[in-house]
Amino acid sequence: MAKTVDARGLSCPQPVILARKAIAAGEFPIEVLVETVTSRENVRRMAEKAGCTVRVEQVGEEFKLILAK
Amino acid sequence: MRERLTRFFASRWGIILAGAVIGLLAPLLQFLGNPPNMGICVACFERDIAGALGLHRANLVQYIRPEIIGFVWGSTLAALLFREFKARSGSAPIVRYVLGIFAMIGALAFLGCPWRALLRLAGGDLNAILGLAGLAVGIAIGVMFLKSGYSLGRTTRTYVAVGWIMPAVMGALFLLLVFRPQFGEGGPIFFSQKGPGSLHAPLLISLGAGLLIGFLAQRTRFCTMGAIRDVILVRDTHLISGVGALVVVAFATNLVLGQVRFGFAGQPIAHSSFLWNFLGMALAGLAFALAGGCPGRQLFLSGEGDGDAGIFVLGMITGAAFAHNFSLAGKADAVVNGVLQVGGLTNFGMIAVIFGLAVCVLIGLTMRECAQR
Repeated sequence: MAKTVDARGLSCPQPVILARKAIAAGEFPIEVLVETVTSRENVRRMAEKAGCTVRVEQVGEEFKLILAK
Repeated sequence: MRERLTRFFASRWGIILAGAVIGLLAPLLQFLGNPPNMGICVACFERDIAGALGLHRANLVQYIRPEIIGFVWGSTLAALLFREFKARSGSAPIVRYVLGIFAMIGALAFLGCPWRALLRLAGGDLNAILGLAGLAVGIAIGVMFLKSGYSLGRTTRTYVAVGWIMPAVMGALFLLLVFRPQFGEGGPIFFSQKGPGSLHAPLLISLGAGLLIGFLAQRTRFCTMGAIRDVILVRDTHLISGVGALVVVAFATNLVLGQVRFGFAGQPIAHSSFLWNFLGMALAGLAFALAGGCPGRQLFLSGEGDGDAGIFVLGMITGAAFAHNFSLAGKADAVVNGVLQVGGLTNFGMIAVIFGLAVCVLIGLTMRECAQR
């Protein structure tokens, strides 16, 4: 069961902060839900820098990022 | 193709391109008529708009700046083309309004937004170093709040019409600029006959530059506050590479155009009161950090449908009116009969900056909740 971080509707940098906390907790995979392309790119950049692989799925007009290590 | 462009704009080269274009256009706008070291200044230009509308009566700073209109419309255009226009609102709008007011009061104590601080530095105005240091300290305080759970809560998707309000407001301003109606005898719309408000590049050039910058900044998420915040918060140098490009290109362009003069005292539309340059920008930086974007970024967000960013912009315009009506804005250095008079803040201005800092700290302390739903 993937851990889910629901960052929809939050403005930057909060999605990044929440995703980073989840990465630090170390339970993978992590699903991060975001609403804007800005948040998607910011979380993707931070997660890749933290050594995660990032897969992005579009869910309607929202995005689901699946972070794995 | 669209996705490929999106990836480019999101890349480091994308943000460097945006910064470089701003760094090139701002000194050129100055060369073509905008005020010195103020090729672009979001805070000053919103203040000029407030003046043109008669919200304040400081007759040296009244003009409807087409760059601001271009910023919003350029962003709207980019968001529509790349299908990112999303009407959203509802994340503590009244707090954003208050933050906008104090952000402007802080910025006008320094006499410039972060963009102008960078441009002042690139023109040799060393007071900008104090301003930028203050900005960084303000943002660092904001980061502390963010780390301890500060959040203004979630936005929600809403009616498309909500997202169109700020682009429409800019449309109304554009009409007022073009037709220059006068509402009653001695009434607005005001256009300065002297001083910074009277200095401006040709309308269509200003608008075109604004549109291009608005477009690029929407695509790349260019943000001066975010640049410093990301370095402090996550050691991410992505956005700050755009800010670096802005300063380098603006300095080079200023050199070519002969617009560089190093020093502290007597710099154009600036004062050399170190403490208040620092504290003014510390207030602005903290307010920007708590609101999630520098004044430029707030304009770009308001263009892509973010009603909360629009409220922040309206807060800044209100703040400009307060700043000039209540004598809170910084007074520039002046040379009178060959003697330099150092400018700075009135007692009212000093009190307003300290009060603003206290209000922002209170907002940061009291609006911390676990945002997970």
